[in-house]
Amino acid sequence: MTMRRYWYYPGCSGHASARDYQRSVALISPALGLDLVEVEDWNCCGTTAMTSVEPRLSVVLSARNLALAEEAGGRADLVVTCNSCYAILRRAQEQYARRREVRAEVDEALAGIGRRYSGTVRVRHLLEVLVRDVGLDALRERVRRPLSGLRLAPYYGCLLGRPRNDFEDPEEPLSMDRLLEATGATVVRFDRKSKCCGGALITTHEEAALELVREVLSEAAAREARAVVTACPMCQFNLDAYQAKVNAAFGTRLRLPVLYFSQVLGLSLGFGASELGLGQRFVPVGGVGKL
Amino acid sequence: MSEVRIAVYVCHCGTNIADKVDVAGVREFARRLPGVEVARDYQYMCADPGQELLRSDIRERGINRVVVASCSPRMHEATFRQVLESAGLNGYLFEMANIREHCSWVTEESELATHKARALVAAAVKRVRFHAPLEERYVEVNQKALVVGGGIAGIEAALKIARAGKKVWLVERGPSIGGKMAGLDKTFPTLDCSACILTPKMVEAAQHPKITLLSYSEVEGVDGYVGNFQVTVRRKARYVREEDCTGCGTCYQKCPKKVPSEFDGGLSHRKAIYVPFPQAVPNVPVIDRSNCIRFQTGRCGACEKFCPRDAVDFEQEDEFLTLEVGAVIVATGYETFQPQEAPQWGWGRYENVLTARQLERLVNASGPTGGKVLLRRDGEFTDEVPKSVAVLHCIGSRDENYYPYCSRLCCMASLKLAHLIREKTGAQVYSFYIDIRSAGKGYEEFYTRVQAEGIQFIRGKGAEVLERDGQLYVHAEDTLLGAYREVPVDMVVLSTAVTPAPGAERVAQIFGIQRGQDGFFLESHPKLEPLKTATEGIYIVGCCQGPKDIPDSVAQGAGGAAEVLSLLTAGRVQISPVVAEIDAEACSGCKVCVPLCPYSAIKYDEERGACGVNEALCKGCGTCVASCPSGALSCRHFTDEQIYAQIEEVSSL
Repeated sequence: MTMRRYWYYPGCSGHASARDYQRSVALISPALGLDLVEVEDWNCCGTTAMTSVEPRLSVVLSARNLALAEEAGGRADLVVTCNSCYAILRRAQEQYARRREVRAEVDEALAGIGRRYSGTVRVRHLLEVLVRDVGLDALRERVRRPLSGLRLAPYYGCLLGRPRNDFEDPEEPLSMDRLLEATGATVVRFDRKSKCCGGALITTHEEAALELVREVLSEAAAREARAVVTACPMCQFNLDAYQAKVNAAFGTRLRLPVLYFSQVLGLSLGFGASELGLGQRFVPVGGVGKL
Repeated sequence: MSEVRIAVYVCHCGTNIADKVDVAGVREFARRLPGVEVARDYQYMCADPGQELLRSDIRERGINRVVVASCSPRMHEATFRQVLESAGLNGYLFEMANIREHCSWVTEESELATHKARALVAAAVKRVRFHAPLEERYVEVNQKALVVGGGIAGIEAALKIARAGKKVWLVERGPSIGGKMAGLDKTFPTLDCSACILTPKMVEAAQHPKITLLSYSEVEGVDGYVGNFQVTVRRKARYVREEDCTGCGTCYQKCPKKVPSEFDGGLSHRKAIYVPFPQAVPNVPVIDRSNCIRFQTGRCGACEKFCPRDAVDFEQEDEFLTLEVGAVIVATGYETFQPQEAPQWGWGRYENVLTARQLERLVNASGPTGGKVLLRRDGEFTDEVPKSVAVLHCIGSRDENYYPYCSRLCCMASLKLAHLIREKTGAQVYSFYIDIRSAGKGYEEFYTRVQAEGIQFIRGKGAEVLERDGQLYVHAEDTLLGAYREVPVDMVVLSTAVTPAPGAERVAQIFGIQRGQDGFFLESHPKLEPLKTATEGIYIVGCCQGPKDIPDSVAQGAGGAAEVLSLLTAGRVQISPVVAEIDAEACSGCKVCVPLCPYSAIKYDEERGACGVNEALCKGCGTCVASCPSGALSCRHFTDEQIYAQIEEVSSL
């Protein structure tokens, strides 16, 4: 199998709360012909916190990561697995390309730390790489253990198609639907697939965020999904870690495992539940992992 | 050539030019150019006193070439040519320098704008020296007209032309005329019944001795030029012979195949052989081939068997007609935004989310529920009436993700629907709006009336519609309250944007019409030529030009008829003398130019062994001139001498 090489940006959560996500990605990538090489010395993308207080500095933080990938040479695709990193890095990519004043400011800041960026890096979500570069047919061919009969709710969160990009529709994203279908699973209709999970509000305004988490989980339960599948560490965390709190606050009896698409894909490719990190859940995956 | 005596006029255009360009400086510069006898600057050259300046200089100072430095020739070249003619000078001994659009409006620095104005004036002065007098020519105008599109605007245009005694072809793509108006229940602000005011016009159009109605037909191509168009029309096979059918309806009663009705927005069924609605004109069914059992499997044929007049004909084929007409009115209408492209509003997800056009069918007595507003469950209407309904304005309109423009008619249509729902069901009706745009006669009064009827107006665009535990919720930011709201309702009505009709691109291509950024057809001047297009003799009326309500569409239809009648009644039309000519001696007969001509104006003459230009067809575009390897082709008023003089001068400054 020819290997395709990409630069990889795991993001802060990839090294912390979403280590299982990163582990599953590291496991399935070589099996699908992807050689993901982590960018050395990367820093925070400048996510929510920085964006809301110092929007320009957040672009500079992102741009440093882009500059690192560019300096490293080779294929100029930077693969991201966190939706927030994806949105923030892409915004930096686009603002740098289109807005002269941003470009000037970023160039100056980078010069201060002895770096240069010329705008060649393309930020891509791993989902996009799987669906477009690897392709659904190739994925289907590699499925060893079809997940027949497993009902899954594809939950994209709000950031994958926002701001508008050439990858996903902001309201009706479909890449994960197609990918999960390729594993043989049954993808349920999911109207709240691109609604917000509450994001960082879970730490600052928990009441409001829990309401949003409940909305998403309740629909998945109503549609009789066995699990919710996400593409973002923040979504996964809010839906999984706060499920018990939602049940306590609203009197619901939700018990939905929340998986990463890479873990589901891994199961279908024949990897075991524990090597994919499926044990590291607040809501136990139970039978889903034993398929 | 007698001595060249040039007059130059620099126009201020009020402050449009004079604020940026040093007009006195340009005048002084022009005065010193070779051949210039008179140079003046003036506030408004196009106004009467400006024109008079020109006339008196020609008469009293022996001027025989004129340059006006002002606006675009598109605006006033014709005006000034006439002034020259009225002073006894040929109109083509004139040149315009555009120092408004090309200088003052687009240049930030005064210095640079003035410099460019000087260059353009110098170039015009150099060029005009080589101008030659040209004679205008005239061609006869064919006395028949074509109207494309049988909605209210097209019907109105056809009737007005026919009543003046001129023959009209009315071509309609669908099986019936009537357009979008036929699907409406009541019309704002008077609430008169749409069918009651439209149907008589449809019938008159079909029966008028001067109108030939070609329904279920499409224009495939247009040849010729103003006054003499040849139009190819495809008459699509109906599989029912129009001349034999009496419209008895036996065929569609017997047809076993049910298909969702387009006319009712999918809320009811029609058959595979059908008339779109009971008052259809002509009242002759068509067979929808893709859904017909006979066409798909070879079995069935019930309609043929039961037709008492043997009018069903499965063997029928498309026919082609060529119409000769002097003028064309394009009235191809609009479409509405398809909300499945935007799932956040729930259409297609939740069965009690309807478009405004679907609701029109529900409130209509001949609609799928006999005029009752009822909720649906599992694809069927129940007998349950909604207790609360939300009407969402601006769905797809005024939205940079979809259509940035205001669709103009939906505020009033939404108010009308809110009124009708309230009247028929007594439901609590919420109207979610950005602003209410009720500009029109009696419109604001209607808005006030609807407010008094107890409709709840929420200033905030409906952001999304979601179902929770079987209940629909409209989410919106109430901008008057400064709060986020989730309003539970039983039914949601989406007032979707008005968009260009499907196929508008092709229609534009066939008729040589330009389209604006929004995809609607482009008029030749937004204020003063709202019905004309870039192609002479082709006019646009109604919603194909942009969103319009019924009164405006009718007014435009009548206006289009007036354009056509003034052309037809004049009987002849001026043809520009700016055309290509061939020096037969120099032509080698290589025929390179023949296929290049976009107007098919060049023919090869076997006998002379040379090509010739049909001056009536030639538009003077110059393509052939540039292609001719032996230099035998030239274009009048754009000779090499003239163009080189201009280029040399403009680049020397």
